[in-house]
Amino acid sequence: MIYEIAIGEKNYRLELDRASGQWSCRLDGRSVEADAVLIRPGTLSLRLANMCYEVNYERLAGGLRVWIGQDSVNVEIRDPRSLRGRSRPGDEHGVKKLIAPMPGKVVRILVEQGAQVEAGAGILVVEAMKMQNEVKSPKKGRVQKLLVRQGATVNAGDVLAMVE
Amino acid sequence: MFKKILVANRGEIAVRVMRACHEIGIAAVAVYSEVDRPALHVRHADEAYPIGGAASSESYLNIEKILDVAKRSGADAIHPGYGFLSENARFAQSCADSGVNFIGPTAAAMRAMGSKTKARQSMERAGVPFVPGTSRGLESLQQAEEVSARIGYPIMLKAAAGGGGKGMRLVHAREELKAALEEARSEAERAFGDGEVYIEKAIIDPRHIEIQVLADEHGNTVYLGERECSLQRRHQKVLEEAPSPVVDADMRRRMGEVAVRVAHAANYTNAGTVEFLVDQAKNFYFLEMNTRLQVEHPVTELVTGLDLVQLQIRIAAGEPLPFAQEDLSIRGHAIECRIYAEDPENNYMPSPGKITSLAEPGGPGIRIDSGIYEGWTVPMDYDPLLAKLIGHGSSREQAIGRLSRAISEYFVGGIKTNLALFRRILADPDYNAGRFDTGFLDRKPWRKETACASEGIGEVAAIAAGMFTVFGGGNGEARVAANSPANQSVQAASSWKVAGRREALRGA
Repeated sequence: MIYEIAIGEKNYRLELDRASGQWSCRLDGRSVEADAVLIRPGTLSLRLANMCYEVNYERLAGGLRVWIGQDSVNVEIRDPRSLRGRSRPGDEHGVKKLIAPMPGKVVRILVEQGAQVEAGAGILVVEAMKMQNEVKSPKKGRVQKLLVRQGATVNAGDVLAMVE
Repeated sequence: MFKKILVANRGEIAVRVMRACHEIGIAAVAVYSEVDRPALHVRHADEAYPIGGAASSESYLNIEKILDVAKRSGADAIHPGYGFLSENARFAQSCADSGVNFIGPTAAAMRAMGSKTKARQSMERAGVPFVPGTSRGLESLQQAEEVSARIGYPIMLKAAAGGGGKGMRLVHAREELKAALEEARSEAERAFGDGEVYIEKAIIDPRHIEIQVLADEHGNTVYLGERECSLQRRHQKVLEEAPSPVVDADMRRRMGEVAVRVAHAANYTNAGTVEFLVDQAKNFYFLEMNTRLQVEHPVTELVTGLDLVQLQIRIAAGEPLPFAQEDLSIRGHAIECRIYAEDPENNYMPSPGKITSLAEPGGPGIRIDSGIYEGWTVPMDYDPLLAKLIGHGSSREQAIGRLSRAISEYFVGGIKTNLALFRRILADPDYNAGRFDTGFLDRKPWRKETACASEGIGEVAAIAAGMFTVFGGGNGEARVAANSPANQSVQAASSWKVAGRREALRGA
């Protein structure tokens, strides 16, 4: 299998095969001596040459995350055979999304739909774990749509409102 | 001795108290809100009673419901833990009135210490050193200006009913005073329902050092040494240790004796903590007394060999302290890390949610007081403390080494935690040299750094990610994420993490 892996700005081409328990691994064309044991779902004991790494893997709202000890990186894996080009960050004709910065409850909505707001103006307040956080408008414009109501429970990354 | 104790709390402290109960043959009763049925403290309890909605006001702060459970369960005492009702004099009084033992000080002692201005007045009478300022609430802006001019700027405005940094403002000059006073008052009014604000001279970059005291109901009061609590963020403690790197035996004795005097002045019984600010010349000033068990009590337990919760229970049951001041000594060094559900890469936003994976460290000198388990969903309704990781060694250096090692074994998946912050603190040369104060975390450049990935860690992560995919992603956890919209923003780990790993790799 060949994977294209993007971590930050960097892209890797990874060739991986496992035949009768033996891994063969090439990273950007370089052969790497590798073996791995799946300890349990989400945890891997990885050996590269003779270096040992305990690796954890999780899917979060922000994407896929690989942990090596206390270090973590967000990783995008693409299988070139199903590659249809990288999705671009949406800029939808000047419409900006207001994103929930954390899971929590919408405790207050500070503006009405259709209101004109300045960049940085508070749109609504999300509360979790005794901490209130004002979610601010990403730009100057009109609040095109409010997608949540007061009292609603939201997840990190949820779209709360659109400002155009 | 009590037969059954109701624990009026949740999370790690409720588990901690129940363990103490079980070790001395006392049954433990849990109370829980509607979102806490699966919580760890319910699993540890012998009996458990639902007490209402997720909001604390409907459950963990509801005095009537908790006393009703005490009656129904036949509990003969209530341990309040910390937070919630632990420093609520009305609750302590209600327990006494309904014939249940409150494990803590009397309502009168709490009232004497609960208002910071009242506490300052009684300490003034007892001759306890405290930071210059007013011992009464401010009446006017003019008065505030006069006092500030007399003691000299910078000054600190503080809420009389305060705690957790609410209603606090640092004022550098007279021009700032009016706005700061208004802000502090309205914030205090909102947070505590009491807008009383007073002035203290601001001690710039002080250390925050506190003394643990224990007092029985027979007039015996002892101090159990100090805890260094200077590592704070947003006025919340992050890491605590005992002993303090700057306190020697003579200073410990002097601070301890003042703390005992403070406790006597308030007719204090049970466990309490006297907080001091310490300036750069090592002068110490009384700040306030916390009339409860502290979050960071384990570091004192590890260096004194005592079980503070069991001693609290024995004191409340009327037993005399089983030792005198001269029997106590400090052995070794202990450091506690508060593991919070918060995201260090996103301005420490709270991060509740499901814990999909959990690996806890063990081995020599490591203690974990935890309120979580794998598969549990951390609710969004309560404070973000998940667990406390405590390292103990014969020296500070050994304790730091053990903690750093334990942090490398610790993994919490599914939610964000501040674990990586501790590795950074413990590796910091200033921290290791004992050079720090309450401004330490805000000054460190690595606190906020975020940047791009590094070569070394990226390659390991790339290979690991591919292998997870080959393994079928561990039960579908990992999938090839082609065209997934979630990946529009591929972010790299912050560079200090990567740099830390590189250092670790070189060391290996």
